[in-house]
Amino acid sequence: MTIRGKAFIAGAFEHPGRELPDLSVSQIHAEVAAGALADAGLGFGDVDAYFCAGDAPGFGPLSMAEYLGLRCSYVDSTETGGSSYVVHAGHAAAIAEGKCQVALVTLAGKPRTGGAYPGAAGRMANAPESNFERWQGMPGAVGGYALAAQRHMYEFGTTSEQLAEIKVAASLHAQHNPDAFLRKAVTVEEVLDSPMVSSPLRRMDCCVVTDGGGAVVLVSPEVARDLPRRTAKVLGHGEAPKHTDNGRIDLTYSGAVWSGPRALDEAGVAVGDVDYASIYDSFTITVVETIEDLGFCAKGEGGRFVSDGALVAPYGKLPFNTDGGGLCNNHPANRGGMTKIIEAVRQLRGEAHPPVQVPDCEIALVHGTGGSLGTRMGSATLILGREDA
Amino acid sequence: MTTVAELPAFGPDPTPEDAPFWEAAAEDRLVLPRCRGCATFIWYPRSFCPQCHSPKGVEWVPASGRGTVYSFTVSHRGMGPYSEHAPYVVAYVELEEGPRVLTNIVGADLDTLGIGDPVTIVFQPAGQSKVPRFGPA
Ligand SMILES: [Zn+2]
Repeated sequence: MTIRGKAFIAGAFEHPGRELPDLSVSQIHAEVAAGALADAGLGFGDVDAYFCAGDAPGFGPLSMAEYLGLRCSYVDSTETGGSSYVVHAGHAAAIAEGKCQVALVTLAGKPRTGGAYPGAAGRMANAPESNFERWQGMPGAVGGYALAAQRHMYEFGTTSEQLAEIKVAASLHAQHNPDAFLRKAVTVEEVLDSPMVSSPLRRMDCCVVTDGGGAVVLVSPEVARDLPRRTAKVLGHGEAPKHTDNGRIDLTYSGAVWSGPRALDEAGVAVGDVDYASIYDSFTITVVETIEDLGFCAKGEGGRFVSDGALVAPYGKLPFNTDGGGLCNNHPANRGGMTKIIEAVRQLRGEAHPPVQVPDCEIALVHGTGGSLGTRMGSATLILGREDA
Repeated sequence: MTTVAELPAFGPDPTPEDAPFWEAAAEDRLVLPRCRGCATFIWYPRSFCPQCHSPKGVEWVPASGRGTVYSFTVSHRGMGPYSEHAPYVVAYVELEEGPRVLTNIVGADLDTLGIGDPVTIVFQPAGQSKVPRFGPA
């Protein structure tokens, strides 16, 4: 069974807050849920399916469905890190199976003012790899991505200047977004002058840490028909967790090599048809490997591909992350998958900030990354089309 | 340059599954589980082969302790107790036997360290056992 054309994103909402010390994580979930439902022209009483991931407090959907006052015939709490929400949008294929009509997906967190969400440390404590991967002093998430970047540079000649081009493109977009955490346009030189965090990645190769959240509402074609709002059509979805493969880990590619083709096949579109791409940008290297693995360029060519403004909207070869992305706009709960979906919906509705709106945007690709690049990572790709696509 | 004694070392919490690894490490010996079915060296250690899932299980065999740097990063930040030890090196070392293992490189010149460099194992006391780090060969 294919989900092509059987579910529509009718509502999308990004929390405007970047520092929310006075809200609980549950409250942020509720605010984004209300925002996305209002955007769709629906209410909490219409929701019959709920999706959340590891950022949700308590017992996931059991705690949150109660808190939000939802009555559901379907829940899913697939947890694949920051890619979770892209997975959820694909799993709303349950709509196609007739299991539900209105699916709500929420993300919320406050790593900036509230510390890491509870539970993450506990989850890792009993991981089977824990004895072998916790005493090396890995400097947080950046360490794993730095190891991938170093190897990618070694094998393909990717340079720090090329990585910097990604931050530059994101910053050019962010200057048009009044909510973006970092709104100043930066140059390649400024990125290269920023302090080294975990070689070869510098501070400006890293995404921001922000509070906030977002939500989307997926509906059946029948529900979509009666809504006043423009929608985005779900065309295809693919997911592919990647792991260290019995110690034969290869850090130069991501799970996108599998999730991308699955999503594109289901959608019946080719990479050349993609007008806009939301590419998970936890770190600059994440973008390089992902665009290679999705097939926007050959393996190893990602560094060269992103040069010369290729990613800059609206007229680059591949306009990406027009909200400023995780590198400049926000990365709520340290998980960027949700905001990737939201900006793609804005592009397809023609509601992105005018200077970065891609003209006649018909097909958008969303890619989510979770965990650590090339190591133990979630990977999910979603293809969305304009309502009439 | 970071010497082996400088980095913090937290004791592993051995499980029945990986206890042989830590018992050997305590005696400065590197042992690896190898599949009795397909002879693949397994990493991280576990009681069965994730490659062929042979019912014959695994055996523990001595490893050379030699390898090469597959990738590395110089951490300038470090978290928790590591923050005062920056800069230090986190790396994947490809063992002669095949597996690429997450570890630290100690005693190396940070300006010249490179992928492909040969390295050899050093054991650093950690709790009831020792953790395997690597230095220039
Ligand atoms: Zn085997």
